[in-house]
Amino acid sequence: MNQALEAQAYTELLQLYAEYTAAIDAGDWDRWPEFFTEDCIYKLQPRENHERGLPLATLHFHSKGMLQDRVYGIRETLFHDPYYQRHVVSLPRVLSVDGGRWFLEANYAVFRTKLGELSTVFNVGRYLDEVVRVEGALKFASRSCIYDSEMIPNAIIYPI
Amino acid sequence: MNDTAITLPSSLSWPGDGVHRVPYWVYTDPDTYRRELERFYYAGHWCYIGLEAEIPNPGDFRRSAVGERSVIMVRAQDGSVRVLENVCAHRGAQFCRERQGNRKEFVCPYHQWAYDLEGKLRGIPYRRGIRQDGQLSGGMPADFQMEGRGLTSLKVAVRGGVVFASFDHSVESLEDYLGPTILSYFDRVFDGRKLKVLGYNRQRIPGNWKLMQENIKDPYHPGLLHSWFVTFGLWRADSKTSLKMDAHKRHAAMIGVRSVGKPAGDVVSGVTSYKADMSLRDPRQLDIVPEEWWKGPTAVMLTLFPSLIIQQQVNSLSMRHIQPRGPGVFDFVWTHFAFEDDNDEMIQRRLLQANLFGPSGYVSADDGEVIEFSQMGFQEKPDQQCLLEMGGHGSEEATNIASETLIRGMYQYWRRVMGV
Repeated sequence: MNQALEAQAYTELLQLYAEYTAAIDAGDWDRWPEFFTEDCIYKLQPRENHERGLPLATLHFHSKGMLQDRVYGIRETLFHDPYYQRHVVSLPRVLSVDGGRWFLEANYAVFRTKLGELSTVFNVGRYLDEVVRVEGALKFASRSCIYDSEMIPNAIIYPI
Repeated sequence: MNDTAITLPSSLSWPGDGVHRVPYWVYTDPDTYRRELERFYYAGHWCYIGLEAEIPNPGDFRRSAVGERSVIMVRAQDGSVRVLENVCAHRGAQFCRERQGNRKEFVCPYHQWAYDLEGKLRGIPYRRGIRQDGQLSGGMPADFQMEGRGLTSLKVAVRGGVVFASFDHSVESLEDYLGPTILSYFDRVFDGRKLKVLGYNRQRIPGNWKLMQENIKDPYHPGLLHSWFVTFGLWRADSKTSLKMDAHKRHAAMIGVRSVGKPAGDVVSGVTSYKADMSLRDPRQLDIVPEEWWKGPTAVMLTLFPSLIIQQQVNSLSMRHIQPRGPGVFDFVWTHFAFEDDNDEMIQRRLLQANLFGPSGYVSADDGEVIEFSQMGFQEKPDQQCLLEMGGHGSEEATNIASETLIRGMYQYWRRVMGV
């Protein structure tokens, strides 16, 4: 791939990251599954489990359908104290490119603000991503949120 | 966190003779909390430490906690499991900082006092002093004995691969402590099969530690708070239920059989969490396959007082460890596990069903949330009371979900031990 094409593709990746972050910070839950492929993986996992090869995740979804089920859960079934979340995400680092699959990594920090409360650091970690092109658009085939935070402050309801 | 909030002066008296009213101060008063640690966590009781599967080889260790105290679970050279307090005998340093690993000995970084895997003191640098100008000077007194100066070693009980410990060496046997009824449900899960650790989840919940025991002694809430339970019949009013306790009423078992099919009208009338038209886009999250060892019940939730909840809810299994951090906050550490002889499909099933549980789970995330709300309500009104009259005023065993008998039973025991 020549340099100009690479720069163009990277810009597109940045757009995917920026749109994803904007959607989940705005609470635009219907958009969230649309960033993924049909048979995607979404995982929210403590760093200890990841590094030791322990398979348990805090959330582990194996399809876009499961993400849509989660959206229904957030809206209709999971009773919770409402909060704002605000992600700060680093530029993605390209780990490798393999036959149109991008393997990437990006740091993130999420701040939580509850009504009438101070903003606090909520969850800190990195994304490990696999991005593919589906019908012209870039989608996450896999997004793992591997978090350093040793304690979840009570509950994580919304997607990271 | 709420634990630093000021509690207003209060008479701290128990309202009346019964246990159907519980005053808010039991969840907020710092002195009461201190006494609870002394009487429940540090004396007379067994606390959960971990699973043998976490430390398979000699020298393997993993840190855990008893109440607020840091302890180390370690497999000694002879293969036995030891539980040692993580406090150096010299200057009290909490010397072990790694979460887990393998060691031949434990050495405190401060002055390099060294302990063997059984906690015995084996080495003190410059014990006999330092040679200067041909003379030994300094060092420990000549009559200093290494013997008896080791790490505090807890009494340990291992059953079915589960490790418990007590600072109190006069504590009754684990079997007597659990009693025959609870023991039979414990053995139902831990029947000698080797366990396989699937991983951990950790959450800090801003509420009093007893609220988590009470949450899992409360069969009344799951079919109301948790849509997944009521809609998919995992736990609701028409489920065959039984509520059992040990003779002291400190431990409990909530036993349920899943309801299959749509609920009759009165089961869900007025229950807003029931979603008649809810279906999963990807039903693999509820691909439930009955297992022979269940022997009937599809869910058994065990509360072992004071520190442990053992969850079997359909194919998902976890140990939930309560680690108090003050009157208004506790850490809740989940260890999900499977059995060594599970095939890959069953392990995948257990992992997918884990989406129901933990700090983001469909039927658990909201438990932490409501516990936080209760604690907020308790904080400023120590003399106000919780009203616990579902199923009457007594604490007999029961067979329906509209009962708070297990919570009342726990407070009978609590009052006796606390002398209030």
